[in-house]
Amino acid sequence: MADAHSPDMIVRYTPAERLGHWVVVIFFVLAAASGLALFHPALFWMSGLLGGGPWSVVLHPFAGLAMCVAFYVFVRPLWHHNRMEPRDRAWLSAIRDVVDNREDRLPEVGRYNAGQKILVYVLAGCLIALFVSGIVIWRSYFSGYFGISIIRASALLHAFAAFILVAGILVHVSAALWVKGSVPAMMSGTVTLGWAFKHHRAWFREMIRPSSGR
Amino acid sequence: MPLQSLDIRRRSATTTPSPAARVGATAEVAKLIDTSKCIGCKACQTACMEWNDLRDEIGTSSGVLDNPRDLTDQSWTVMRFSEYENPKGDLEWLIRKDGCMHCEDPGCLKACPSPGAIVQYANGIVDFHEEQCIGCGYCVTGCPFDIPRISKRDHKAYKCTLCSDRVAVGLEPACVKACPTGAISYGTKEQMTHDAAERVVDLKSRGFDQAGLYDPAGVGGTHVMYVLHHADQPGLYSGLAAQPRVSPLVRLWKGATKPLALGTMVLVALAGFLNYVRVGPNETREEDEQSAEREKERANG
Repeated sequence: MADAHSPDMIVRYTPAERLGHWVVVIFFVLAAASGLALFHPALFWMSGLLGGGPWSVVLHPFAGLAMCVAFYVFVRPLWHHNRMEPRDRAWLSAIRDVVDNREDRLPEVGRYNAGQKILVYVLAGCLIALFVSGIVIWRSYFSGYFGISIIRASALLHAFAAFILVAGILVHVSAALWVKGSVPAMMSGTVTLGWAFKHHRAWFREMIRPSSGR
Repeated sequence: MPLQSLDIRRRSATTTPSPAARVGATAEVAKLIDTSKCIGCKACQTACMEWNDLRDEIGTSSGVLDNPRDLTDQSWTVMRFSEYENPKGDLEWLIRKDGCMHCEDPGCLKACPSPGAIVQYANGIVDFHEEQCIGCGYCVTGCPFDIPRISKRDHKAYKCTLCSDRVAVGLEPACVKACPTGAISYGTKEQMTHDAAERVVDLKSRGFDQAGLYDPAGVGGTHVMYVLHHADQPGLYSGLAAQPRVSPLVRLWKGATKPLALGTMVLVALAGFLNYVRVGPNETREEDEQSAEREKERANG
């Protein structure tokens, strides 16, 4: 396999981006495990990851807060790549071909496909909802400042937003494991020319232009 | 399970049956608080402190007799005093001993995420098992009467146990034992309901037309009941809820949301995996690399 500086490889994620991504992952896993443990008794065993029920309650809000901050730092510089374009609509209407692995029938894709773009908006929206509602139901510090109806509504919103977030991440992980080369890209930063050509052809063309920055 | 002599009907965050071998022999119990007999002496508060080894911080006077001002993790029952001027212009001193109502359909137990931290015994008493409590405060969110309090010291939730430890060995609750006027009584729910009905007839004959029993149906009835002289206006008694019920938000949060969300998450994960198996991995092939190489050469050429 070609090394990162080989002409056959394209840099997809810088070291800072990879660090940002995996820091978000770590805090997501901690927050999700402790949160899911409190959401459904069938998942209470997950509280063991953080050292049991009381530790889950103590640490969950901090993990969640850290995830929100890390997500902002990680995604802010990449946000502009996610603007929806006309070709994204065509990609979405061909979603059947996406799941059937008929990529040859799909319109060209830039740095991110429509699914990835929608995911980042969904994650950002969920994190905002989780942050706001999470402050309200953070019993040790903030719940005392809010009325009981606000707290009840926040508990429900928090559960709902977390459910959407976890479902979104499950799709994200499934896609990453399915599209070979994605996980190595987030580990070492580079993809092969063929990977970029196949999955993100418009981005590939940008990257091979002689004037291209990286 | 600290009280093995009491069978359990329901446990928080548990989907399997509760220990219930002796359920058939257990009668439902209730505490009946007759506000029309209460003189506000606070013997019940003291008895509660005494039996449960609780010592609240010494507070400050706020100009009313309520002391402490509110329920705390150290004060599981508090007398609430309200001065009511009735339509005739007479002053009525309405005193209500506040504390856990031991709902038949307990919002705290419904909301609690920690397996077995809140139980409902077969006799109807709702009890917190603090050693299982994780300090999340969901019981506070679920309670329609604003009863549970989280300790600042140990971050556990506390409230009236209806002296489950005394009841388990055949004693009456400490507050009942201490009450000097007989305003608090304890027995089977059936007996207490019967006694209350007699007292209501008595009160009505003394001019309290609206006297009645407070055993709110919205929470399935309670195992702490009040005789009120003004049962049509429970709010007069320091804001006693007229129609308490577990909030619809809590019901949704702890009801349909749980299985639906869990089921959907499992389906999403399963769909991802099964589709992978169906269509195989999405791999970059040699011809993709070659096409990419050719295009790159053209671009640079």
